[in-house]
Amino acid sequence: MILIHCPYCDEKRAELEFAYAGQAHIARPADPSALSDEEWEHYLFIRANPRGRHHERWRHIHGCGRFFNAVRDTVTDKFETTYKAGEPRK
Amino acid sequence: MTGYRLPMGGRVNRQTQLAFRFDGATYAGFEGDTLASALLANGVQLFGRSFKYHRPRGLLGAGSEEPNALISVTRGPGRFTPNLRATSIDLYDGLEASSQNRWPSLKFDLGAINDRLGMFFPAGFYNKTFMWPRSFWEKLYEPAIRRMAGLGHPPTEEDPDHYAATYAHCDVLIIGAGPAGIDAALEAASGNGRVILIDEQDELGGGALSDPALWPWLDRSVKALAASPNVTVLTRTTAFGYFHDNFIGAVERLTDHLADVPHGPREKLWRIRAGEVILAQGAIERPLVFDGNDTPGVMLASAARVFALRFGVAVGRSIALMASHDSGWHDIFALAKTGVGIAAIVDVRDAVSPDLLAQAEALGIPVHLGHSVIGVRGRLGVKAISIARNGGTGVADLACDALLMAGGWTLTVHLWSHSKGTLAWRDDLGAYVPDQPNENVRCVGACAGAWSFGDGAVIDILPTPKDPTRAKAFVDFQNDVTAKDIKLAVREGFRSIEHIKRYTTNGMATDQGKTSNLNGLQIASTALNRPVADIGLTTFRPPYTPQTFGALAGHAKGPLFQPTRKTNIDSWAEENGAVFELVAQWRRARYFPKAGEDMHAAVNRECRMVRSSVGIFDASTLGKIEVVGPDAAEFLNRMYTNPWKALEPGRCRYGLLLKEDGFITDDGVSARLAADRFHLTTTTGGAARVLNMMEDYLQTEWPDLNVWLTSTTEQYAVIALQGPNARKVLEPLVEGIDLSAEAFPHMAVREGTICGIPTRLFRVSFTGELGFEINVPSAYGRALWERIMAEGARFDITPYGTEAMHVLRAEKGFIIVGQDTDGTVTPQDAGLDWAIGKKKPDFVGKRSLARPDIVAPGRKHLVGLLTEDPNVVLEEGAQIVADPNQPVPMTMIGHVTSSYWSEALGRSIAMALVVDGQNRMGQSLFIPMPGQTHVAKVSSMVFYDAEGARLNV
Ligand SMILES: [Zn+2]
Repeated sequence: MILIHCPYCDEKRAELEFAYAGQAHIARPADPSALSDEEWEHYLFIRANPRGRHHERWRHIHGCGRFFNAVRDTVTDKFETTYKAGEPRK
Repeated sequence: MTGYRLPMGGRVNRQTQLAFRFDGATYAGFEGDTLASALLANGVQLFGRSFKYHRPRGLLGAGSEEPNALISVTRGPGRFTPNLRATSIDLYDGLEASSQNRWPSLKFDLGAINDRLGMFFPAGFYNKTFMWPRSFWEKLYEPAIRRMAGLGHPPTEEDPDHYAATYAHCDVLIIGAGPAGIDAALEAASGNGRVILIDEQDELGGGALSDPALWPWLDRSVKALAASPNVTVLTRTTAFGYFHDNFIGAVERLTDHLADVPHGPREKLWRIRAGEVILAQGAIERPLVFDGNDTPGVMLASAARVFALRFGVAVGRSIALMASHDSGWHDIFALAKTGVGIAAIVDVRDAVSPDLLAQAEALGIPVHLGHSVIGVRGRLGVKAISIARNGGTGVADLACDALLMAGGWTLTVHLWSHSKGTLAWRDDLGAYVPDQPNENVRCVGACAGAWSFGDGAVIDILPTPKDPTRAKAFVDFQNDVTAKDIKLAVREGFRSIEHIKRYTTNGMATDQGKTSNLNGLQIASTALNRPVADIGLTTFRPPYTPQTFGALAGHAKGPLFQPTRKTNIDSWAEENGAVFELVAQWRRARYFPKAGEDMHAAVNRECRMVRSSVGIFDASTLGKIEVVGPDAAEFLNRMYTNPWKALEPGRCRYGLLLKEDGFITDDGVSARLAADRFHLTTTTGGAARVLNMMEDYLQTEWPDLNVWLTSTTEQYAVIALQGPNARKVLEPLVEGIDLSAEAFPHMAVREGTICGIPTRLFRVSFTGELGFEINVPSAYGRALWERIMAEGARFDITPYGTEAMHVLRAEKGFIIVGQDTDGTVTPQDAGLDWAIGKKKPDFVGKRSLARPDIVAPGRKHLVGLLTEDPNVVLEEGAQIVADPNQPVPMTMIGHVTSSYWSEALGRSIAMALVVDGQNRMGQSLFIPMPGQTHVAKVSSMVFYDAEGARLNV
């Protein structure tokens, strides 16, 4: 069971306190109606599937409840870093 | 044969004799014996039958690596455990054990015919033979194979034991308490950190237990560890898996070694998080591969040493050794000094150190260098061996009753590999050794390759003059894989060791190849003509040894398998005979049968009473979210499909929630209590999902909005009062709220008190009748329920359950998200266009409602269905077709989502998702069922009181 550092609690806690929440840094368009079908399709469905570094969101759902971002290596399952929502991509 | 207990020596307590039974016969052993050592002491060599060929098998090892001696133990009803290794079963008085995979008896087994037919069972036999016809597999092939080739029988009764679990944290965790592990523990103990030392055996010591010279050191060390307050020692505990971030799973066996089953847990699961892990798991001796190497009486040299020096048992009276490694010589010397007769030392090497030869000579042991065993005589036990020079000349027979194998050592790197540490091949050891760690872990002692067992030659198969296609030289004893099978796999084109493993099943038995992996690898290496290091190694996976399901499940079984959520009113329902169902972990009253009523009678009565007088329903499980803050209305306006900003305080609104893909995910009636405060309701099952989704948008998309979300599902008990007499029941109980139709219209909310309890009173209806939902603090739920029941008695107030609730809502065409929708239904598909705020520029899911596939014709619509025969209640999930005469496979155009007997209408009703349903009104569709095809007409979903006259009263 992985230990995950919550950037809000600033503590490493057991994986079972957290919930995965998909790829990170996919902002909802400010005006979805201005997007073409292709652009909207891309926003909705197209996701990265890298072998290696993956930017993803987690929620400390059984802790502080906050969503945050993480960089995890999909090969080793190791977390490189975690950081608060809204901070620039690492 | 009887009487193999040595006159002295060993760690067994000869003062305490224990009686036990094996296959119905009674034997005696000593305290400190294992079942294996006690049976050996009684002259038993035959322990089981092999997996595939039913060959007679004896002990190969003395520890948890044992592949052959799998035993069933019974301790009374429900306490039957198959597939235990005899070498790991601690003896106790009254132990009842039996052998496996034989019929009718261990000595005479009809399944052994497989052995005679062995040439018909090559590698991949099952894959090749039972491929066709496919339909034969399930009914004929698999059951037959399972009967013939197998392990012990699974237990048939419920397990009466319980199992504990705990978390533990430590600075240093040492796994394995041989000399290296004990040294590491003593060193760690001298610091201030918390130390845990675990070992799978009943006492600490590992290899030192069979080395009497180390016993004084062992005794001192064990006492020192016991005296260290920062050290926890766990024996009879197997570290079965090494998981991320130094998280180790271990099972402690608490009662299986005791004569009487005490109260308390049978096993305890330890989940240990360690700062540093030290692996001291030692090494396992490697068998040698030659014809007949699985005959009972052929075993590892190290095992014979353990039986003699730890348990005081000789494995034979005239013992021969087949060695390719020095360590076997030392074992033989140790045995000779206990007074056991030694027949000969045979070593495949042409030369060994003069020191070994000198010791052999001093002990009077004949030595045959450059020789190999080419055959073993005796079927149920060794009677003699044939040896020959490596060139095949000089064949001679040697009488002996046991043959030891010393093929070198395989380091126990299982847990290291679980932790994703890398391995490096060392030619000098002929073994993989730990290389780069992936966690904060290190290996010490033999499993690190830092232990000298002496010199040895690494060979795959002993030289033999025999036709190799006739030889039965076993590599994997538990899965009956021979050297021939591995060579065949290579000949048939397999190159990857992972593929060879799966094709031959080498290393895939319950012992995970502890004694077979490296020999299999060597044979494949030779056959492929590539070095071992290029071939790699198969993957080790938890568990290190088989563990019980009980230990892994712990307390999570029966009623504790998952939490059961109960409302404050649940106890009243139970006392009043409710039949319950589980809804999203909530236990909900499904109906309240009276004497003599079946479900349909009860539900019909409950429905009748709601429509004619008044019903009472526990709606506490509804999800509730308090939305507070200056931007609360703006937030809800963005989340839900309909407009919220203009909703006045005191009013309610039906809210429809989509996911961003445009599909319905939840719905519920919500109320605005103040400009900055909303009381949301969600479906019972959707509460957590909706709150998570809302938090997601609030935290990450719109952090600028000043809104707070709080789950209040469990803060309120909710009593729904529904029916034409609902107001009359409520009026005498409520203070501070005008209940009149004018002052308190449908879809309004008021705050006041009821029976003195503060309440949020909703005027809402999920039945189509005049209705109220009374929210009070949870703790008052049952008390208020009983006051309302008393007040309603004059109207024959009737408690109703979820089943009647479903019927009543279906009569009105109200959908249940997740039953009438399935994650692919849009508001238009569900006939809920009216709930979309057409003027809103944006809400979650809005853009998707204009996606090409969403606006394309031919989508499935939710519609009503009325069967031609009003007495036919369709099955939910039944498929619908347009043409009943089309040959199979028919074109299915939809399915029934909800279907009930409607007491109010005196006929059946149904809802269905049907392709283009909204344009098929009045059309007849067909529902083919076994034996009969039903006919039904597409209709509106609102079957009852379409104009809503009963609501607005
Ligand atoms: Zn946190």
